[in-house]
Amino acid sequence: MSAVLQNIVNQPYKHGFITNIESDVAPKGLNEDTIRMISAKKNEPEWLLEFRLKSYQAWLKMEEPTWPNVHFKKIDYQAISYYAAPKQKPKLKSMDEVDPELLRTFEKLGVPLHERMALAGVAVDVIFDSVSVATTYKHKLAEVGIIFCSMSEAVNEYPELVQKYLGTVVPTGDNFYAALNSAVFTDGSFCFIPKGVKCPMDLSTYFRINTEETGQFERTLIIAEEGASVSYLEGCTAPAFSSNQLHAAVVELVALDNADIKYSTVQNWYAGDENGVGGVYNFVTKRGLAKGINSRISWTQVETGSAITWKYPSVVLLGDNSVGEFYSVAVTNHLQQADTGTKMIHIGKNTRSTIVSKGISAGYSNNSYRGLVRIAPNAADARNYSQCDSMLIGDQSGANTFPYIQVGNNTAQVEHEASTSKIGEDQLFYFAQRGVNAEAAVSMIINGFCKDVFQQLPMEFAVEATKLLSFKLEGSVG
Amino acid sequence: MIVQDSKIILEVRGLCASVNGVEILKGLDFTVKSGEVHAIMGPNGSGKSTFAKVLAGHTAYEVTAGTALFEGKNLFELAPEARALAGVFLAFQYPIEVPGVANNQFLRLTYNTIQVQRGKEELDPLEFDDFVREKMKLLEMSPDFLDRNVNEGFSGGEKKRNEILQMALLEPRLAILDETDSGLDIDALKIVSQGINQLTNKDNAIVLVTHYQRLLNYIVPDFVHVMEAGRIIKTGGKELALELETRGYDWVAAEYQAASETRVAEGAV
Repeated sequence: MSAVLQNIVNQPYKHGFITNIESDVAPKGLNEDTIRMISAKKNEPEWLLEFRLKSYQAWLKMEEPTWPNVHFKKIDYQAISYYAAPKQKPKLKSMDEVDPELLRTFEKLGVPLHERMALAGVAVDVIFDSVSVATTYKHKLAEVGIIFCSMSEAVNEYPELVQKYLGTVVPTGDNFYAALNSAVFTDGSFCFIPKGVKCPMDLSTYFRINTEETGQFERTLIIAEEGASVSYLEGCTAPAFSSNQLHAAVVELVALDNADIKYSTVQNWYAGDENGVGGVYNFVTKRGLAKGINSRISWTQVETGSAITWKYPSVVLLGDNSVGEFYSVAVTNHLQQADTGTKMIHIGKNTRSTIVSKGISAGYSNNSYRGLVRIAPNAADARNYSQCDSMLIGDQSGANTFPYIQVGNNTAQVEHEASTSKIGEDQLFYFAQRGVNAEAAVSMIINGFCKDVFQQLPMEFAVEATKLLSFKLEGSVG
Repeated sequence: MIVQDSKIILEVRGLCASVNGVEILKGLDFTVKSGEVHAIMGPNGSGKSTFAKVLAGHTAYEVTAGTALFEGKNLFELAPEARALAGVFLAFQYPIEVPGVANNQFLRLTYNTIQVQRGKEELDPLEFDDFVREKMKLLEMSPDFLDRNVNEGFSGGEKKRNEILQMALLEPRLAILDETDSGLDIDALKIVSQGINQLTNKDNAIVLVTHYQRLLNYIVPDFVHVMEAGRIIKTGGKELALELETRGYDWVAAEYQAASETRVAEGAV
């Protein structure tokens, strides 16, 4: 039986290939000169260099968090290269100028960059190592006043917007990895939806780490002004290297009055091999500020990759009546470790939050949910509902739930439900006795387990996520 | 019904099986022909449920000796799902809960899997919904069973009905019903029994594993077998069940013991 489950979970990683492209890679190591070099390469204004240097100084005084339930060898931050970019013409006027090797890479990953063959109705910004290589549908979006471009471009084209919001949700000294990101971030997506505009298509960023021993430090900033709404999706893959790669991103969302931001992630970074060699360290700070009244921020994540995941997409519910949501599926297999969850900080009155977390652990992996629900003293009538379900596959994996609940206002209502289940031999035998093989059975059980989360994803991504999960868990049931 | 010259569906010879190294079945012989209804009775721990699970291919049980031919095929060479596809059905004594999976999805998956195997057409969700609702009427099940998760939160009786519903959908050649009567109140027992009776025909066969005679008032067996210590030690007609009801099992064991001593003695002569 073990063997059957094992086979189902243990399909090889499809995105592990390496693109042979000439890259401009900075020497390894981190000091003020590295930061000045990155800033100079990107022609940044003085204020941003200062932002970086201040963050670097803060970072030097900080310690890596030791509270996550993950274990790994201490990272040597001087052994990482902080900048890598494919060599190409400095300024691209059209998609035709993009290196054909890059186009092929993304087509192979299922992200065609030519607009004529692009994903129907989805605008995509594509990040390759440290830089954005292409953004589709930019002009169409500009017609309704939406800005969707790479962070580097935004810094130069819309400096006042970037300066107004950058670091306001995740301050430079927020935590060790966020401080590091603030010092050395290279690129990412910028998205601005002006007052009253409903974004006519889903926006999407595709991240690809290609160069070995390079860190990826992207920075994403999404602003939805009064009454605006947007649905945003990110996807990520990396080649299979035997060394570990550090990915320390920061994502900041700002929703003003009556604005609505929906942020969905399908994370499939390389997870390392079955012996735990290689894989991405995914140490990410994601936070949304529901600043205005009636604003809404919703995170949906499907986390299947990375050797180690440390990630808590959060919502600060500042505006009265604002809504925060977190829907998560985290799958770990082999020796993967995940410590993920959310924080819902209720500050405004009558704020509401919903947390639905589904953790699936297979192989020898360890999967922890860690979540904080804090009701501030002034958050009258705040409500939270949390549901944390864990599923174990096989008998060597672990699942943990660490909920933290802090209630400072006695009119608040906070509910927490948790469950642990197991795909057991008996369930598989039951399906088998009805003619259904183990793979189809596991797929049905897993999809049933995750359906509350999958139904939050935009349609085409829900299909993608379902496939990814079946694929990921192929061969693991025992 | 006993049919003249009917085909043998299942033939078990000298079956020995163990779980965790403990031998439970110790040389069991058993033959079922199409059209027949068999009842296997016996005290707790005699190996009835083990026999049912071994036939279905539960991996916790190891077959150590003997053969089982199902319509001429060696059953023990087939994986559990292949046995199901070949037409072996087990109604579970304790049906398994599958949280998160809606009953209608599960039923449709199993139905379509078997249909494909039989070279027949699959049903889409809407067609299946009509089809399954008809079958549910047979068991007087309310349609909200379809939206609930597989067996999750079902009462004992509801779980058993759900098992028989699957039997109705899958139309097996050989249905083994493992204590389907336990946990049923008298009204439910009647409904389930009527459902089972409507599913029997001259081409299939049913093996009822039960403790109690009362089930056999509603489903009349052609043969009643008594199991004891991993063997079938007596076989009779439906009247044997009534006798067991009044006299218990001990006399059968004693009779078997005496007979085997006689055999040993005769063998020694």
